[in-house]
Amino acid sequence: MINRTYELMFIVRPDMVDEELDKLISTLETAVTSTGGTVKSVEKMGKRRLAYTVRRFNDGMYILLTVEGSGGLIHELERRLRVTEPVIKFITVRIDEEQKRLDKIKKLRDARKKAAPAPAAAATPAAPVAEAGEATPVAQ
Amino acid sequence: MADETKAPVAENTASETPAASAPSSSGSSSGPSSSGGSSSGGSHAPHRSGPRDSRDSRGPRPGGPGGGREGGRKFFRRKKVCKFCVEKIESINYKDVRLLAGFVAESGKIVPRRLTGVCTPHQRRLSSAIKQARNIALLPFAGRSN
Repeated sequence: MINRTYELMFIVRPDMVDEELDKLISTLETAVTSTGGTVKSVEKMGKRRLAYTVRRFNDGMYILLTVEGSGGLIHELERRLRVTEPVIKFITVRIDEEQKRLDKIKKLRDARKKAAPAPAAAATPAAPVAEAGEATPVAQ
Repeated sequence: MADETKAPVAENTASETPAASAPSSSGSSSGPSSSGGSSSGGSHAPHRSGPRDSRDSRGPRPGGPGGGREGGRKFFRRKKVCKFCVEKIESINYKDVRLLAGFVAESGKIVPRRLTGVCTPHQRRLSSAIKQARNIALLPFAGRSN
């Protein structure tokens, strides 16, 4: 059951070199893949001013890591982040339930949009398309 | 204001009957001083909820226009609509600080929904998003300490 999607955002101290940062990210990525997960995306959100002082730092480099895997994987990642000295803060959010809800809403919206402008003619080609779209997530 | 709070406290301690005197005394006083009355009611041990119940039943929170019963609430209560419902914003993420900052006061506190007009499910999601953003230093816990 490794279909949980997590978003891991962490802050690195601002005086860190880019190569060290890349090294850290690749270490985390290897940890993810070795435990059987997948890294969906890595986003460096750049240097930002912190809203309050963390470990005597006023700015930090924000990195967003989207990961797919089990809960044990996150446990391992967080343990690593806690130990890593340049990382000053992190938060993990589970996003698969939220994603499901958003997809459902989007699907309802699209179905309504297709139904509204062309009621008779376009509805019949649209309806099987919508059904096919609904069937695939159910199969997953 | 401070003098008014002291008067019912003196009355309660003088009469020494917790349940009977507490509702009547807090009923006579206006909004802010009734909170002083309830704290004194709490000191008389058994009936802590006495003054609070009377205060709630006497002055229910006005939903629509016609506030000012509690004295000092001078906010104009027109029909407010939920921003998220109107603009069809589905995902309230902790990452969009600009959206969240509109619902946070200068002091960093989360603004209650009776002032912003947000509906309950959205207020709940907004509140958890703000708390997540606070944890990751995107929003402050306390803005300006007065």
